[in-house]
Amino acid sequence: MGRRNIITILLFLLPAFFYLSFLFIYPFLYGLNLSLTDEKGNFTLENFIRFFSDPWDANTIWITLKIAIPATLLSILIAIPLAYYMRHGVRGEKFVTLLLILPITLGSVFIAEGMLTYMGPNGWLNKLLMFLRITDKPVKLTHNYWGVLIALIIQGFPFVFLMLLGYISGIDPNLEKAASVLGANRWHIFWKVILPLWLPGITMAMSLNFVMNFTVFPSAVLLGQPSGPTRVISISAFQWAFEKFNFHMSSAVAIIMGIVELIFILIVMFIRQGLYRGSTVAGKG
Amino acid sequence: MREFNELRITGLNKYYGNKKVVDNFNLTIKNGEFVTLLGPSGSGKSTVLNCIAGLVPIDGGSIYIDDECLDDGKKFVPPERRNFGMVFQNYALFPHLSVFDNVAFGLKLRKLPKDIVKEKVIDALKMVHLEEHINKYPRQLSGGEQQRVALARCIVMEPRVMLLDEPLSNLDALLRIEMRYELKALHERLKITTIYVTHDQQEALALSDRIVVLNKGKIQQIGTPEEIYSYPANLFVANFLGFRNIWEVKISRFEGDREVHINLGNINLKAILHEKYKVHVRNIFENNKKPYISVRPEDIELGEGPENNIEVKIDVIEYLGQHKQFWGITSDGINIEISKDADISLKPGDNVKIWIPPERILVFSGED
Repeated sequence: MGRRNIITILLFLLPAFFYLSFLFIYPFLYGLNLSLTDEKGNFTLENFIRFFSDPWDANTIWITLKIAIPATLLSILIAIPLAYYMRHGVRGEKFVTLLLILPITLGSVFIAEGMLTYMGPNGWLNKLLMFLRITDKPVKLTHNYWGVLIALIIQGFPFVFLMLLGYISGIDPNLEKAASVLGANRWHIFWKVILPLWLPGITMAMSLNFVMNFTVFPSAVLLGQPSGPTRVISISAFQWAFEKFNFHMSSAVAIIMGIVELIFILIVMFIRQGLYRGSTVAGKG
Repeated sequence: MREFNELRITGLNKYYGNKKVVDNFNLTIKNGEFVTLLGPSGSGKSTVLNCIAGLVPIDGGSIYIDDECLDDGKKFVPPERRNFGMVFQNYALFPHLSVFDNVAFGLKLRKLPKDIVKEKVIDALKMVHLEEHINKYPRQLSGGEQQRVALARCIVMEPRVMLLDEPLSNLDALLRIEMRYELKALHERLKITTIYVTHDQQEALALSDRIVVLNKGKIQQIGTPEEIYSYPANLFVANFLGFRNIWEVKISRFEGDREVHINLGNINLKAILHEKYKVHVRNIFENNKKPYISVRPEDIELGEGPENNIEVKIDVIEYLGQHKQFWGITSDGINIEISKDADISLKPGDNVKIWIPPERILVFSGED
């Protein structure tokens, strides 16, 4: 490789390098430093000890996991059969895709406002349920756990679905044909051909969706009970930073969030390896 | 399990939307036969193959193996219960499985004991000379090797019928010829009934017991390679099998029932018809259909002959190793393609005398 080539490559790398340094590496190291120091700038683990010794803070991990894990699993479980059904394209696919992209573009605040009216005690949903005599008093779906969960699924499902659909559409349809000629029925084809090839996409969608759900903030505030059952971890970080003005503590909370997300992703990867030990080897070469 | 007398396809129709892609396809294939569906892209040949496999339901007609109905619009045997084998153009190997597991895929579904599966897989891989690659993954193999794995995956099931969908089209020229030989040898050895789809006339001629030529969903001709090559049934088949000179002509008169006198512009030609064509050409003449003649480039002779002499000016020359391809133009602008030995030295611009042996001229109507 010539000298000019190396210079060209370095020049092309420059924007990415600046982007990463200023918007990720520097803030991250800055936050890490904050979380590991006290007001005077001395190294300490006090911030982390303080977080875990106060149940009001420590419990936010469980509260967030209790919302984020079911929201992620439900989104994935709804998206899998739908994406599987639509893998070769269906009539009106563009319309369906548009419907699915809308919630992403609307943003979580807009969705929350809509849900508050639609699913509130006097909303259409409860009126309909009561009219149909499915229930005799309004079902409480806002300002509690369920409100946040539903909001997360509404926002996360389209994202997960589109990722899964993109991934499964990339699987050669001839593989299904080949399998079926070899004696595989639909069930065999799904478990022995589609799923192993789809799994990298599923784990990726699951990990990204989990990170989205674990960092939930607006929905938890607007649709939940931010001072109690839906006091998620990001609310704790927010309060440390902007109510108590302790950036050392809020940085520690942010680092803890990152660690929990990392652990979840590692567990997902581990399960995937265990499920199809042999199959993932195909990734090499 | 392989025992049957014939595979019978009757009146097969298939539509994609409003477009009829297969139109009244009839074919009976005997056990052990190697039949090729030959046609350009869009001729419906792959669709027919998919219908036979059961991957695409038919819209009319029926498919039978002896008395067993596979598909007649009402009864439909799904592909996994037909015990056919299929090989695809893009190999369609399972990328997440090793060569062994790819070949064993169908056997495992049959719930055969492990040692028997292993034995059969190794036998099949030996047959395609790949036993040393048994633990590799498809992406570690070359295209030719991948296609041989696909072939092994197919024959290991001992299918009643093998369906091959342009299996050599993705391979480079040398490998294609090598694989063609291996396919032929495999068929000679195993005698599995085979239906082969291709757009390559060389492959069709080299491999087949019988060829079915398709165009726009319709069968144009069914015959042995020799029949198809020497006596094409119509202008389309002639053109597809190398009769590249096609000219619109006028028939001036018949002499006897086999000698036809023709005007190609102001050139007078004489054609002597083969037995098979005499009724056909008489019909064109008497019903005032538009006649065409076709001649293979390699059948045109250089120099002065006993009849059908033409003078051309050489326009373009292509050197093709074994032979040269000459494009000539007559004084009134008719293009003639001539194929001759490579040692003939002519230059563009040369005026050359050529002649066409009268028994080498085929006469067709443009309407069928």
